[in-house]
Amino acid sequence: MNKSNSFTDAVKANLRNYSMFIMLGIIMLGFAILTNGVNVSSRNFTNIFVQNSYILVLAVGMVMVIIIGNIDLSVGSVAAFTGAISVIVYNAGVGMFFTIIITIICGLIIGAFQGYWIAYVKIPAFIVTLAGMLLFRGLTYIITNVTPITPKLDSFKQIAIGTISGNIFTITRMVEKRGKMVEQNFYLLPVIIAIIAIAIMLYFAFSERNKKIKNDFSVKPLSYFITEQVVISVLILIIGIQFANYRGIPEVFILLAITIGIFTFITKNTIFGRYIYAVGGNSRSAKLSGINSEKVTFFVHMIMGGLCGVSGILFTAYMNSALPDAGNLFELDAIAASFIGGASASGGIGTIIGAIMGGLIMGVINNGMSLMNIGANWQYVVKALVLLFAVWYDIYTRKKSGMV
Amino acid sequence: MNEYILEVKNLTKIFPGVKALDSVNFKIKKGEIHCLCGENGAGKSTLMNVVSGVYPHDSYEGKVFLHGKETNYKTVKDSEQDNLAIIHQELALSPYLSIYENIFLGHIKSKTGIINWKQLIIDSKKLLKKVGLNENPETIVSKMGVGKQQLVEIARALSKNVELLILDEPTSSLNDVESEQLLQLILELKKEGITCIMISHKLNEVMEVADSITILRDGQTICSYDCHNENITEEIIIQGMVGRDMTHRYPEQDHKVSSDTIMEVKNWSVYHPEYPDLAVVKNASFNLKKGEILAFCGPMGAGRTELMMSIFGKAYGSHCSGELYIKGEKREYHTPKDAITDGLGYVSEDRKELGLILIQSVRQNISNSSLKKLSKLGVIDKHKELEEANNFKKSLNIKTPTVEQTVKNLSGGNQQKVVLSRCLLAEPEIFIVDEPTRGIDVGAKYEIYCILEDLVKQGKSVIMVTSEMPEAIGMADRIYVMNEGKIKGQLLKGDATQEKIMTMALTGKKE
Repeated sequence: MNKSNSFTDAVKANLRNYSMFIMLGIIMLGFAILTNGVNVSSRNFTNIFVQNSYILVLAVGMVMVIIIGNIDLSVGSVAAFTGAISVIVYNAGVGMFFTIIITIICGLIIGAFQGYWIAYVKIPAFIVTLAGMLLFRGLTYIITNVTPITPKLDSFKQIAIGTISGNIFTITRMVEKRGKMVEQNFYLLPVIIAIIAIAIMLYFAFSERNKKIKNDFSVKPLSYFITEQVVISVLILIIGIQFANYRGIPEVFILLAITIGIFTFITKNTIFGRYIYAVGGNSRSAKLSGINSEKVTFFVHMIMGGLCGVSGILFTAYMNSALPDAGNLFELDAIAASFIGGASASGGIGTIIGAIMGGLIMGVINNGMSLMNIGANWQYVVKALVLLFAVWYDIYTRKKSGMV
Repeated sequence: MNEYILEVKNLTKIFPGVKALDSVNFKIKKGEIHCLCGENGAGKSTLMNVVSGVYPHDSYEGKVFLHGKETNYKTVKDSEQDNLAIIHQELALSPYLSIYENIFLGHIKSKTGIINWKQLIIDSKKLLKKVGLNENPETIVSKMGVGKQQLVEIARALSKNVELLILDEPTSSLNDVESEQLLQLILELKKEGITCIMISHKLNEVMEVADSITILRDGQTICSYDCHNENITEEIIIQGMVGRDMTHRYPEQDHKVSSDTIMEVKNWSVYHPEYPDLAVVKNASFNLKKGEILAFCGPMGAGRTELMMSIFGKAYGSHCSGELYIKGEKREYHTPKDAITDGLGYVSEDRKELGLILIQSVRQNISNSSLKKLSKLGVIDKHKELEEANNFKKSLNIKTPTVEQTVKNLSGGNQQKVVLSRCLLAEPEIFIVDEPTRGIDVGAKYEIYCILEDLVKQGKSVIMVTSEMPEAIGMADRIYVMNEGKIKGQLLKGDATQEKIMTMALTGKKE
């Protein structure tokens, strides 16, 4: 086989893995044309992350719940409840750090409560979390007295809108805007961090590949491998430059990146992660293989609860108040994100990064349509069609590649 | 008039990465019973799925002729129109419907759109009589045994005026009596002019009913025999299937059984998962020596699987009682995990439901029980994992392009090897295998016997639950015979014959 052939073969074999990225790219490009590039401006780019952060965090947990073959309908209510808890705790004056810790612990306890009923009492997750959805909405109304609670200090808000800009490395230029000369900052820090991230990524990718070659395992062709690394590096760099042009790295983005990183690592590289897939793939088989299915189910729901806490804090910070009706329909967005991202409704299949892509696809569509002044009613219609199309495409390609 | 009811010419069917059929030619005479033999993965089921329209017309190359006319099936429904019926290995009945509802499911005749249920019951009674099933048509099918369900499937085919009946391993989950009944029925149907294609691994059955035999190997037709004109023996068929002489069906046995008892079970009773008062296994006591192969024989429903699963960390039953000793120490396992940690391994008889995770890769399936061993601080060493999987692929001869292949795409024998690998990787001292060769071809069977023999040579112990008596006689050092939830007695190697096992199972006596 000559080199160009093996390259195209590798592209074909892995095309499915990238379909989400390609889809997101096409959608962004489409809106860029429709909005004269406003949607890819640095400012809007940052906004997309901030506006969707609380859904993306939920999607990370939701995709794991879906992989074990369950569903969680309570996440919106739990996020509202923990959001309200966070403001109450914060207003009691314990400081931001402890507020976050206490809220996440509160979420974990709620998750453990639901996980107990699901894993050990064996009540279907659909029913337990439906009850949870009502229960925690009710409790949110009770503790907020059905009125918004506002944090006493502005530092709460900073979580959502704050950025890390690193003023030392800032270049200030004068640019012309609407006939006036304005100062515009270019923050070098995001670019520096992006370059460091790329270096770390390349180091691990190459050492992994070399180890595989040393052990005589099959690897992707070198030409393909290099192309892949270059594309990823460029994407990271673009994100860095976008942040550099606006206000630096949003704190929310850092939090998201850490969350995604941790859970991607857990699902891909740890025993617990493998157990999640095994339980979802066939729980009886998993049990006979010596896997404690109940424990795995319990912990996945508990983690979901903890992430609801994170989401609750983010949304509260974004709105700068705990709303009694916060989190409405969040569960459906998170579920849709997971399915658009390639998770299987029958369990055992799905990835964290896929769910994030799914969440971003919906976020970019929402954002683009808002920029075009298209109302929420049409946004629902388009989101519905995207969900259907994405899942159809996923099933179609899976069939074609003989995976079903 | 065309002598052949079915002709297949140069049929090639390719699955992603696998050539399942490679220009197959195949002819069936009208009114004969034609048996299709071949190892697992030889392409028998694929061939039948093409013939019956499970795979649509444009998904393969080559031509299929029925009554001399080329077929163009888009779905199974189209082939049913041509009076062709296929009964798959996995039965396709709706479990919570009654017999007669199942018989007429999908082709209820009614003029006005309103169903005449009474007429259907009357019609189904006739059909049930024909297939020799003595049951009320209103019985819910899930309440009957697999053998009877099989008969309902055939009645269903007959209700559609079938001319060509395809049976894919019809006796694989039947006991001897039921199998014999089924074979008689097939011979009965032949008299009525129904042509029958039967896929079977049980050569004695093939010899009993076949008019002609076609052997497939690696997706190609090796040869066809006419049983009436040629002198066909089981050896000839086996040779054709595996492509070599199979003088030994069982490996040479030269392992030494130690006198140390490694496992002892005393007065073990197991209770039904749904009816906790019903004892499925009653007061079973047995022991296992180090380096011994122990077989558990008996008819279906004797309680063998239930006994083993219950010992293996209460994986079956609402509760159990009795005592378990490992190396003289009393043990109690609450979950399969406890049992695995303590050096037990269990290979289930139900590969697809209980043994494997079909949507995962060969590698993942193999490592699932041993992830702790393959990891540090909860993080999996993927290189080590891949290495172990590749080692097993080589040592057990698992036929798959790579270990990243989804297990679902493997043939039965290779799937079984994956389950065995998973258990072997956990390095058990006591290896319980439940019907290790069910639905597996002769070649793979031999390989699996060799694996078991190797294990006892290393000083491990094996418990083999099996419904195939020759296998127990050929492999085991001792045989426990079970029936009706009780251990009826034991037979030693050299002393055991099929007759003795049957007598013991039915009467509890040795002679």
